[in-house]
Amino acid sequence: MHAHGGFRESNFKYLLVGPAIFVLLLVGVFPLIYLLLVSFQGITMTETSTDFVGAENYRQLFDDPRLWQALLHTVVLTAIALPLELVLGLAMAQLFLDRLPGRAIFIALLVLPVVVSPIVSGATWSLMFNHRFGPLNQIIGWIMGKETILLWTINPNLVYPAIVAAEVWQWTPFMFLLLLAALGNVDRSQLEAAAIDGASWWRTFFRIVLPAIAPVMSIAILIRGLDLFRLFDIVWALTQGGPGTLTETISIFTYIKGFRQFETSYTAAVALLVVILLSALVMLLLRRVELAR
Amino acid sequence: MMSVPQRRALRLALRLAMAVAVTLIFMFPIYWLFMISFKTPAEIYAFPPKWYPGQINFDAYAVLFKDGDAATVGNSLIVAFFSTALAMFLGFICAYSLARFSTGGQHLANWIVSQRMIPPIAVVFPIFLLYVFFGLVDTYIGVILLYTAFNLPYVIWMMRGYILDVPRALEESALVDGCNRWQVIWKVVLPMCRAGLAATTIFTFVFAWNDFIFALVLTRTEVATYTVQLTHYFGGQSNFWAKISAMSVLGTLPIFVVTAFMQRYFVRGLSLGAVKG
Repeated sequence: MHAHGGFRESNFKYLLVGPAIFVLLLVGVFPLIYLLLVSFQGITMTETSTDFVGAENYRQLFDDPRLWQALLHTVVLTAIALPLELVLGLAMAQLFLDRLPGRAIFIALLVLPVVVSPIVSGATWSLMFNHRFGPLNQIIGWIMGKETILLWTINPNLVYPAIVAAEVWQWTPFMFLLLLAALGNVDRSQLEAAAIDGASWWRTFFRIVLPAIAPVMSIAILIRGLDLFRLFDIVWALTQGGPGTLTETISIFTYIKGFRQFETSYTAAVALLVVILLSALVMLLLRRVELAR
Repeated sequence: MMSVPQRRALRLALRLAMAVAVTLIFMFPIYWLFMISFKTPAEIYAFPPKWYPGQINFDAYAVLFKDGDAATVGNSLIVAFFSTALAMFLGFICAYSLARFSTGGQHLANWIVSQRMIPPIAVVFPIFLLYVFFGLVDTYIGVILLYTAFNLPYVIWMMRGYILDVPRALEESALVDGCNRWQVIWKVVLPMCRAGLAATTIFTFVFAWNDFIFALVLTRTEVATYTVQLTHYFGGQSNFWAKISAMSVLGTLPIFVVTAFMQRYFVRGLSLGAVKG
């Protein structure tokens, strides 16, 4: 052990990964196996018997419109918020790309929403959206020229815009930062050559800039897309899935089934469905995105 | 007609104006959140809303400390600190092995990064059932263990990238000089990637500090974190706005301070190491 080269390298390398893999298996994989087991039982709030009921819970998945609506809500929120974050982030990155007085300070301030806890940003926006004491209705009132009371977190037509606003506020800076870095790395000489050739700004953007930043863009989309699929905190703070079940995301649905209605075995089946869907998505996307080196 | 320098100056002025406008829009919700904590109740529930407090008032904070609610910030600190320390240690040595010996090949590396993407709700549900069985619900150990596991893939993945940046030749010369591998890790590699280590530590800490869903499920009263405490003020009567605001400031301000020192590492840290920034 003490002499030079005393470690047998082949064992040593496994010794180093061992503890981490053990923790990951213990907390990441073992629970999934347990989940599989529970999903074939029939445990509910009133039923504590651990007898196996076959695929009953899985059959129930297909007869549960609320589950599929929750999936749909998740997809809708992702489909709206993600492109908005991308386009706004790109526009902001373009704005801050060149030299600007106080640029570093602007960027340092713009980053702040990203490090706020999502539950805190949800709380922030519920204060902002409050129909009476929040500033948003007041501002809208100034623009409309008359007192305006909009029930942002209650009115079915307004809850989605409200959630998207909070989500876009928090994560557009994420897109902005990544795309700013990507734009800064675009080859200057190509841009100059295009300028000399008299190419229009749009043409240059689509022919040179966009292909150059595409790899970073796809990574940003991957990371945010997966986060949006798991969306919980912001919605929880704003609407708790309401009104009714109108804004229930798949994570909120799972939480309510498991911890409010105590349908233990059915929740296990739902959770496994979520894991399978997401794993499929990850594998599909990881193959297209160069994350590893 | 404007001359070229004039046009340039105008363009810059326009960009600057837009930059100020965008920054103000993004800062406004944070200002609003923080500002409420310094208002008196009468000012909070004034209609139309008041945009600034008449005078700075710390009553909301005094209440949080008097009632003991502020202790939940301490709980956040404890679980975030210990889980970060544990994840950094286990993750760093694992990352070294992956980076230098390609242990497990690309498959292991891919498996680890995919662990990062499992939805928390799907993991925390069976964990909760197991924790009930083992009596780990509402204990520091239980929360720390879960945070450690949740952050490990991130630490391993990021540190693997930073270690790959360290020139191999340095390690080899240290080996020739009579260090063993274990010493090489701590005396050569660790100092060489301390910037990456610091950035990863802070990110890991922030993830644990900001978590809500794990803490919501696994804590009750003893180790409830500030994010869980915050949701106790939601709904019902809106009398709790001052508390929501003050608690958010207590939970958010420290994060703003620590992350201010790591601007350079933001892009790499947020993009899972894919963009060097």
